[in-house]
Amino acid sequence: MYVAVKGGEAAILNSYELLARQRRGDLLEPELSVNQIRQQMKLAVDRVMTEGSVYDPELAALAIKQAAGDLVEAIFLLRAYRATLPRLGSTLPLRTEQMQPDRRISATFKDLPGGQILGPTYDYTQRLLDFTLLANGSAGPAPEQAQAEVPTPAPRVVDLLNQEGLIETHPVPAGDPAPPDLTREPLRFPAGRATRLQNLARGDEGFLLAMAYSTQRGYSHTHPFVGEVRLGQVAVELEPEELDFALSIGDIEITECEMVNQFGGSKTEPPQFTRGYGLAFGHSERKAMAMSLVDRALRAEELGEAVEAPAQMAEFVLSHSDSLEASGFVQHLKLPHYVDFQSELELVRRMRAEVAQATPPAEEQERA
Amino acid sequence: MNAPLNPDLLQPSAASTEPGVNFAYLDERTKRMIRRAILKAVAIPGYQVPFGSREMPLPYGWGTGGIQVTASVIGPDDTLKVIDQGSDDTVNAVNIRRFFQRTTGVPVTTRTTEASLIQTRHRIPETPLREGQVIVYQVPVPEPMQRLEPRETETRTLHALGEYGLMHVKLYEDIARYGHIATTYDYPVMVNGRYLMAPSPIPKFDNPKMHMNPALQLFGAGREKRIYAVPPYTAVESLGFDDHPFEVQRWDQPCALCGATDSFLDEIITDDQGTRLHVCSDSDHCQERQAERTVAAGAPL
Repeated sequence: MYVAVKGGEAAILNSYELLARQRRGDLLEPELSVNQIRQQMKLAVDRVMTEGSVYDPELAALAIKQAAGDLVEAIFLLRAYRATLPRLGSTLPLRTEQMQPDRRISATFKDLPGGQILGPTYDYTQRLLDFTLLANGSAGPAPEQAQAEVPTPAPRVVDLLNQEGLIETHPVPAGDPAPPDLTREPLRFPAGRATRLQNLARGDEGFLLAMAYSTQRGYSHTHPFVGEVRLGQVAVELEPEELDFALSIGDIEITECEMVNQFGGSKTEPPQFTRGYGLAFGHSERKAMAMSLVDRALRAEELGEAVEAPAQMAEFVLSHSDSLEASGFVQHLKLPHYVDFQSELELVRRMRAEVAQATPPAEEQERA
Repeated sequence: MNAPLNPDLLQPSAASTEPGVNFAYLDERTKRMIRRAILKAVAIPGYQVPFGSREMPLPYGWGTGGIQVTASVIGPDDTLKVIDQGSDDTVNAVNIRRFFQRTTGVPVTTRTTEASLIQTRHRIPETPLREGQVIVYQVPVPEPMQRLEPRETETRTLHALGEYGLMHVKLYEDIARYGHIATTYDYPVMVNGRYLMAPSPIPKFDNPKMHMNPALQLFGAGREKRIYAVPPYTAVESLGFDDHPFEVQRWDQPCALCGATDSFLDEIITDDQGTRLHVCSDSDHCQERQAERTVAAGAPL
């Protein structure tokens, strides 16, 4: 009469098997290698590295393969991997102004030192499905030409604006205190900007995009201009305690966005431009731009602006930006809730019984 | 239903622990950080201690807080029991138990009396706990007032001031609207006369078990990054009013399997006509009682 809910362990093991089959797909098709993902799905790898908070294209590609292309799941895998890794040291701040950009766009100046570099972008591709790719054909990129150009430095737009004193600066605070590490300490409120930026850097791209978009549609007013978006390799430097000079431990590719916003000034500050900042691993422009808009919106309180829109509310934004937390808690509703539901059943029945007792049946009412 | 678990599942796995993984998964520095948070929580009963919750290999919302607390207090001499909805064999309980079997190799049990450490989601076992036992609750939302005031900056102040009018008004409004308090689980409690605390989504049926319990009760909220505790023999009072005192659910029928009249019953739909069966939610309690009845009836075991 009744089939017991049993065999949880066997069911779990079976689900692993089914999942592996689902991931592999048709066995007649060659299996995708981690290296292929790393080479040919670069933008997915970059997103997983950014939100997974680990710069390791190979492990990110592995996570994408293991997650069958579910990037949020891949980010989860990478984060769980990084959680117990030891901390070996802190690097020096990245010097992005020394980057040799592969792409560099400013919307505020027609031309500027270092120039505008379009670089690789989908921006002007006209988004027509390319059926040659479907036919397994590939025009293939032309072999790279040896570049004889002498690298030109590209100073940051905000530094150029600063020469006139038109933009706010963020001098290093006295004593240069180490920023809190959000991966070791819980998020507390009010959260300083260093904490907020860490949270946004790890935050879900879709969430930040929607938050940033809301600021453009009247939910907070920030009047943004892209001072600069740049993409390129930058050296990571470590200064070990026993040495008094910095060692470069390698280059990483990053996307950096400086958003320039109007600011009317206050009693203590003359009118000037304010900044919103975005940084992501690899080529992640949408993320970096969204992050810079949200960063600026979250500075409302600091700049004496009214906090009225969701994107300006630090508790709202920072508590809901993490895809691991959001995905886990939304999906935990799949777990059994028999006991709570039983309690609610009992309550609803009791309340219905009380209502029925209080109101006589409709027929009797009519007769009366 | 509520039949004994396959004994094979309770054997230590052949390779007792995973290679390359620390005992109970977490690294020792993380465990130390969590133990410090636990000590603080025990010292201030009911107070939510923030801690550096880690990303675990299980999703947030699925017991990561309880798992981190268990991982930080478990030792090789412990015997572990894991339940979800009172039962040892729901998929989530099986999964968490398997996690600790793989990473610690400690013996596991379904019997409440045999366990030194119990991790639970949504229930407190019917069998009374004793001194020396530790029960770890998985907590989704540690802040009892979150649904009334979502800003942590505000609720923190309310706790600091011991200002819990918000919750009393909520319960009062229930009475005004429905004639009685309409909270059935995660029913707010006052711990040691000082801090308002969320008991995690246990049915309010279980709330009285927390009061002056001889066992140490630890609460872990991984996603919200908070740990709190009720030390042994601490007063835990469920909120109520003089004219509308706190009361627990009652059933008008006994457990269909063991005949218990004093346990929390789950309702099971047994056919498409809506026929219902009420059985104990605590599977171990139900088995023990069924075994006793079999012995009493003189039937061979």
